[in-house]
Amino acid sequence: MAYVAVKGGERAIAAAHAWLASARRGEPSVPLLQPAQIEQQLGRAVDRVMGEGSLYDRELAALAIQQAQGDLIEAAFLLRAYRTTLPRFLHTEPVETAEMLVLRRISAIFKDLPGGQVLGPTYDYTHRLLDFGQEETPPPPHEAPAEPAPVPPVFGILGREDLVEPDPPRTEEAPGDLTREPLAFPAARDVRLQALARGDEGFLLAMGYSTQRGWGGTHPFVGELRVGEAEVVVTPPELGFPISIGDLVLTECQMVNQFGGSKQAPPQFTRGYGLCFGHAERRAMGMSLVDRAMRAEELGEAVGAPAQNVEFVLYHSDNVEATGFVEHLKLPHYVDFQSELETVRRMRRDAQAAQQQEAAE
Amino acid sequence: MTVSPHLPLPSGEGRGEGGHALTQPSPEGRGLAPPLPPDTLLSARGLSLRFGPITALDAVDADLWPGEVLAIVGESGSGKTTLLNVLSGRLRPDAGTVSYRDPAGDLHDLHQMPAPALRALHRSDWGFVHQNPRDSLRMRVSAGGNVGERLMAAGSRHYGSIRAAAIDWLQQVEIEPSRIDDMPSTFSGGMLQRLQIARTLVTHPRLVFMDEPTGGLDVSVQARLLDLIRTLVARLGIAVVLVTHDIAAARLLAGRIMVMQGGRVVEQGLTDQVLDDPQHPYTQLLVSSVLQA
Amino acid sequence: MNAGYNFAYLDEQTKRMIRRAILKGVAIPGHQVPFGSREMPLPYGWGTGGIQVTASVLGPDDVLKVIDQGADDTTNAVSIRRFFGRTAGVRTTTRTQEATIIQTRHRIPEAKLREDQIIVYQVPQPEPMVRLEPSRAETKRMHALAEYGLMHVKLYEDITRYGHFATSYDYPVMVNGRYLMAPSPIPAFDNPKLHRMPALQLFGAGREKRIYAVPPYTDVRSLDFEDHAFQPRRAPHACALCGSRSSYLDEVVTDDRGTRMFVCSDTDYCAERVAEGQKEAAE
Repeated sequence: MAYVAVKGGERAIAAAHAWLASARRGEPSVPLLQPAQIEQQLGRAVDRVMGEGSLYDRELAALAIQQAQGDLIEAAFLLRAYRTTLPRFLHTEPVETAEMLVLRRISAIFKDLPGGQVLGPTYDYTHRLLDFGQEETPPPPHEAPAEPAPVPPVFGILGREDLVEPDPPRTEEAPGDLTREPLAFPAARDVRLQALARGDEGFLLAMGYSTQRGWGGTHPFVGELRVGEAEVVVTPPELGFPISIGDLVLTECQMVNQFGGSKQAPPQFTRGYGLCFGHAERRAMGMSLVDRAMRAEELGEAVGAPAQNVEFVLYHSDNVEATGFVEHLKLPHYVDFQSELETVRRMRRDAQAAQQQEAAE
Repeated sequence: MTVSPHLPLPSGEGRGEGGHALTQPSPEGRGLAPPLPPDTLLSARGLSLRFGPITALDAVDADLWPGEVLAIVGESGSGKTTLLNVLSGRLRPDAGTVSYRDPAGDLHDLHQMPAPALRALHRSDWGFVHQNPRDSLRMRVSAGGNVGERLMAAGSRHYGSIRAAAIDWLQQVEIEPSRIDDMPSTFSGGMLQRLQIARTLVTHPRLVFMDEPTGGLDVSVQARLLDLIRTLVARLGIAVVLVTHDIAAARLLAGRIMVMQGGRVVEQGLTDQVLDDPQHPYTQLLVSSVLQA
Repeated sequence: MNAGYNFAYLDEQTKRMIRRAILKGVAIPGHQVPFGSREMPLPYGWGTGGIQVTASVLGPDDVLKVIDQGADDTTNAVSIRRFFGRTAGVRTTTRTQEATIIQTRHRIPEAKLREDQIIVYQVPQPEPMVRLEPSRAETKRMHALAEYGLMHVKLYEDITRYGHFATSYDYPVMVNGRYLMAPSPIPAFDNPKLHRMPALQLFGAGREKRIYAVPPYTDVRSLDFEDHAFQPRRAPHACALCGSRSSYLDEVVTDDRGTRMFVCSDTDYCAERVAEGQKEAAE
């Protein structure tokens, strides 16, 4: 068979795209999924994609999930690529999470506390039994109280006795921004937290888990976990005064860790912090565990575990980068492989020749 | 072994009958720092360093002449390792200066040198032998590669010459040259230490710092290693600052000795004189606690 | 051209930021310049660095060629060429001689490039010492202090173990006598083309967020020993289509009994030679 130089890459790709579209649609007799359905009924997926996509827009995230056929990392990638095209207008003022309209707020370190333990819509106490009768009766809609009670933060209580390290002092310096500037070391805490906030949920979970199993990390407690609507405030230069431009649903987790103190400082609790878009407790908790682990050097603790290795954590937390590089192995590598082939063939020839020569002697 | 010239004495308290210098002068009696002698390789004046409430070094002076071996002895916590790290530029003192004289004869303030210059110094004119050879060796590089590395870092680009130098040095440290391509993980503790020495001396440094080079080795292995060090140092005319808690090693290798306790130099002088006729109670304790062979 | 996107997709501020990084790279040949790499519609690891560099230097009058493994028709080259077709509407070509900008993955074209051309390399891993020292903080220090002893130790080990250098692609080079550089996973065979190339060479690593450059006519030397010289290698055959004995060859398996043939990896070069051969035969 005569060999003809391979052509038709363009046609192959077009055919692949067409097949993908058909696979994504599935059986035509099954109704087409609407982004609104995803946004409303697959809200946790939407929250995850907004977090890892670094873009708070529920409709766009839902659309991305549909376009990605449910592959959430692919959906986050779609959001990130879209985000690149958006102009940056302003920074917000720091969000006052203490003043959140709380949907859910729990603390593991106090039995009861001002504001109470507000369970909210949580899976925590459900029994994981597949429910085959889901379509039958719609559940009654939840009625929010007319006057929401204030929910003061737990750290106010601990802070009064000076038992817990205070918030870092506010500076006028702008926080670092990984979406504009490349990561550089040493990485300050603002950049580390940003990387974690957009990091892969599975990675954060695994790294946080490792600290609990002895790979670095002191015993953590959930000081406070809260989910709710927080107000976003900006100060446009044209106005010169702050205005509210809407609310975001945020999840915030503050872990409390033991700290034995040192010759310089008396014993105090230290903190790990996690904050993310939407209702995403696993992410916020993993984030706070890893945040605390990465502070090991700053707090004078021995550094050895993977979660304490700042370079390791920050370079491998971004799943869009990770999946790109892992999956790029599917691209043709036959030219480099050819070089390797020639090298291995030559080494084997040399080794054989040497063996034959030795046998002859 | 080179005998060093007569030491200038610090001002202040007088000397004892034996002729060698006593303790550091008291703070009240301390006058000007003694002047730097014109031909030392390394001189330190007034080195002080605290770690929180702990005084690691307290106004320590030291001088080192070319080709001599100076031992710094004391129990753990005496400050001897801290002094070694300050003298070699690895640790910055709170006060005092370390002056280094380069091959051209010019003096440099060690802790004011820019980082690249200090690193270059450590790769060529100076060497550092660690207590644990694994802290210096590359365990996944062959013995020959380990020995050749400093040559390559200094710009050597001829494979044959590098390999020949490695073979030569393995012989000098009494490692079979046939082991040149073996990985250090196949070497015994004593061999690793000798490999580290070869790797350090290959660029003919004028000054080598040694931190407990025989620590962690069997007694018989120690003896062989000390003998090797003594021979190499004498033949090559290398100056050595040797930190050890082993008085016998100090006696074997060093022409001069400094005894440290609590961050201060309590006694110093010619090794034999200090060890045979210790004046300070702490030195007497050290000497008497050495098991007589 | 797709309305709604800026020319070549990136906004002008971003392009300006990237060009500043490129200028720094050109001013310090071989030195890795960090830059604020953006998320692109193609995945990290699939050429986003090269794409961002091309997007930043591309103008409406440019003629763009995109190759992967030396061929214009491999899937990723097609994908990237279409991307620029959609977002910039520039003329594209498969002819190396016609192109003003050539974006490439893993090969340098066989034809000698000219002063009026720019070649943009897609780089997966910009750090040449990464396998010897994974910490970026440490390699950054090594580059700053020109401490490259570790790389030579690795070459020494190769000679000791194999009798020759074991690296067959992405072979490290010394640029302008100062910086150690990773030339991207081109076969070692292509390394000599980097030396004193008349064209501007730009290197983009999107995921690792580094840009570097080799200005025209710069010295680029592959690391070696005086008594073990670097030797570019290729399969010892002639191209089955055009007969070339000097171009880099792909090995193609043609049946299930292991029959193989060797053809030029540079498809444009091969096609030109075949065309010339036919022309000669016809004359």
